[in-house]
Amino acid sequence: MNFDIGDGVDLAVNYILDNFSPALDFIAAAIGLVTGSIQDVLGALPMPAGIAIFILISLWRVGFGFAVFTGAALWLVGLMGLWPAMMETLSLVIASTIIAMLIGLPLGIAMASKDSVAVVVRPILDLMQTMPAFVYLIPAAMFFGLGAVPGTIATVIFSMPPVVRLTNLGIRQVDTEFVEAGHAFGCTSTQLLFKVQLPNAMPSIMAGTNQTIMLSLSMVVIASMIGAGGIGNTVLTGIQRLDVGTGFEGGLAVVILAVVLDRITQSFGKESPSFWRRFFPKAARQKTE
Amino acid sequence: MPRCNTALIFIVMEVCLAVAQGVKNMENSTSAPVSVEDAKRKIALKNVFKVFGERPDKALAMANAGRSKTEIHAATGCSIGVNDASFDIKDGEIFVIMGLSGSGKSTLLRLLNRLIEPTAGSIEIDGHDVTKMSRKDLIALRRRDISMVFQSFALLPNRTVLSNAAFGLEVAGASEADRTEKAMAALKAVGLEAYADSLPNQLSGGMKQRVGLARALASEPTILLMDEAFSALDPLIRTEMQDELVRLQSEHSRTIVFVSHDLDEAMRIGDRICIMQNGSVIQVGTPDEIVTQPANDYVRSFFRNVDVTQVFKAGDIARKTQVTIVDRQGVSVAAALERMQNFDREFAIVVGRDKTYHGMVSQTSLVEKVRAKSADPYRNAFLNGIEPIAASEPLSSVLGKVAGSVCPLPVVDESGRYVGSISKSILLETLDRAS
Repeated sequence: MNFDIGDGVDLAVNYILDNFSPALDFIAAAIGLVTGSIQDVLGALPMPAGIAIFILISLWRVGFGFAVFTGAALWLVGLMGLWPAMMETLSLVIASTIIAMLIGLPLGIAMASKDSVAVVVRPILDLMQTMPAFVYLIPAAMFFGLGAVPGTIATVIFSMPPVVRLTNLGIRQVDTEFVEAGHAFGCTSTQLLFKVQLPNAMPSIMAGTNQTIMLSLSMVVIASMIGAGGIGNTVLTGIQRLDVGTGFEGGLAVVILAVVLDRITQSFGKESPSFWRRFFPKAARQKTE
Repeated sequence: MPRCNTALIFIVMEVCLAVAQGVKNMENSTSAPVSVEDAKRKIALKNVFKVFGERPDKALAMANAGRSKTEIHAATGCSIGVNDASFDIKDGEIFVIMGLSGSGKSTLLRLLNRLIEPTAGSIEIDGHDVTKMSRKDLIALRRRDISMVFQSFALLPNRTVLSNAAFGLEVAGASEADRTEKAMAALKAVGLEAYADSLPNQLSGGMKQRVGLARALASEPTILLMDEAFSALDPLIRTEMQDELVRLQSEHSRTIVFVSHDLDEAMRIGDRICIMQNGSVIQVGTPDEIVTQPANDYVRSFFRNVDVTQVFKAGDIARKTQVTIVDRQGVSVAAALERMQNFDREFAIVVGRDKTYHGMVSQTSLVEKVRAKSADPYRNAFLNGIEPIAASEPLSSVLGKVAGSVCPLPVVDESGRYVGSISKSILLETLDRAS
């Protein structure tokens, strides 16, 4: 006996295409708006200003040494002529991270508050993480056309699971005495979530966000295959033309962006560096509150 | 029928009296007047059970049938956290729930504000059954009447000391200015107003628990639940915190329910103590009652290691086994000597007619003065260097005095009256009873 799942999937895809195109168009427009406007802003940013912003953030969150590295590394990207491509990739990463957080945080909270939700969501997350990206890249392109929108969607699918999982885990691991204290002083469940659970789950949620950003960066090359653009294009061109040098330049730019974003996002779970607190004691203290 | 009549008259009189006193709680004229006991009752537990597990109904039925915890666990897989607890907690007292770990004392405490849902029974606070309250009423009760102090402090690490102290008020929706003022007042009460802007992890354990206490006091609750609140502190700080609690209680009386596994602590701060074993309440009583009339060996086992010299005061163990001689004119010294010989006592205590302690004499000293034909044989025969002990003095500070004295030492109350004496044999007996 032969049971053909593939035929069923084909049917479903065609059915969606035939009957839900207004909905698909709406989703495409919404995501296009997010990605597009971020791209516009970052694209309009002159390189020296962009580098300066990154250096300032590094100074604030990480430290002096890292700020020097950020400046030098980003300047190198500029020298390779990849600054505009990198900004395009960065906008894709930011847009998909925002969307992943918008969906992932509430989902993680729901998983933590109800075991039944967790039971349903967990296998879906497994599927999202392990299904080869190319499999959903094609229907994404069919639904939303080529360009940054299907690129963003594919990136969201691949990069969302960590933030969901770690939000769930973070909330579940909040000290039971904190939760008891919240209840004992008369918190409603909303107050408990925002005043007790989320603040204490923050390091875990930040770790999830960091992983989501890293994973979306690793989708850069694959997303560029359906026209998402950015540094992925450079790498892709290198591969297609067997041009090792160009490929390496693109790869190096991805790595630099990854290191800078990783260190900066990781730092949001921690305190500001000591020298920053020395110069701006008040601002630094409010940050920790 | 005369008995009926008197009873009726009695009731009518009582009702009239109650109405005259303006008792508001009277629902109708036929119900009995509210007794003093009722008025002073703050929390009343009746047949409260907590069953953990999948089949609480069956476990409950078995528990009601008097089956043991192990039997119930074997049959249903459920464990009994609290087994048929019924007792009252009076308004304004420090009520200590004591037991070994696993005896259900923390569970019992959490049933009071329903952090853990009771399986059966009723818990009345100010006459309202907590177990039947809606979610909304329960939250209101927690915000207004009950607050809690936790063993490992449970201070929110991302908030400052002030913000932690204001937590209850913030949750209840108090204005920023209002909660800052009340939280600062509470911090001041525990002596931490200088640390308002610090973060909890910058404080020592004792200070953290003071913040925990301030947080609980800030909302001015009538009931304070304390779950092994001082157990995580080192002994010196623990004693200091106990004194602090007693001091705060003397300034503003609340009903405090205090869970502890430490009998010394219970004896020190508790007005009454409830002893739990395997989820059941074994005994409820004052510290004295618990020590002098322990309900069973389990209770007794608690103070096997307890320092009785801290529990007892001199007045508690003093006995009137010595001969007393009333100091008045015209009583012959010979008669006094005769009595001492009859009772085979070497020493006698001389008291005034109002029972005030005058001094102590021995046969030897009396005989000596009589032979010397002293004018006032009693007074001149008083033994030197015998200081009466105050009845309120703890046994610990009496030990040395009694042990170092040749004779039993007299104990007097605050107005100087003789209440008894402590001999070496009484002392040894007391110490022996404890071990």
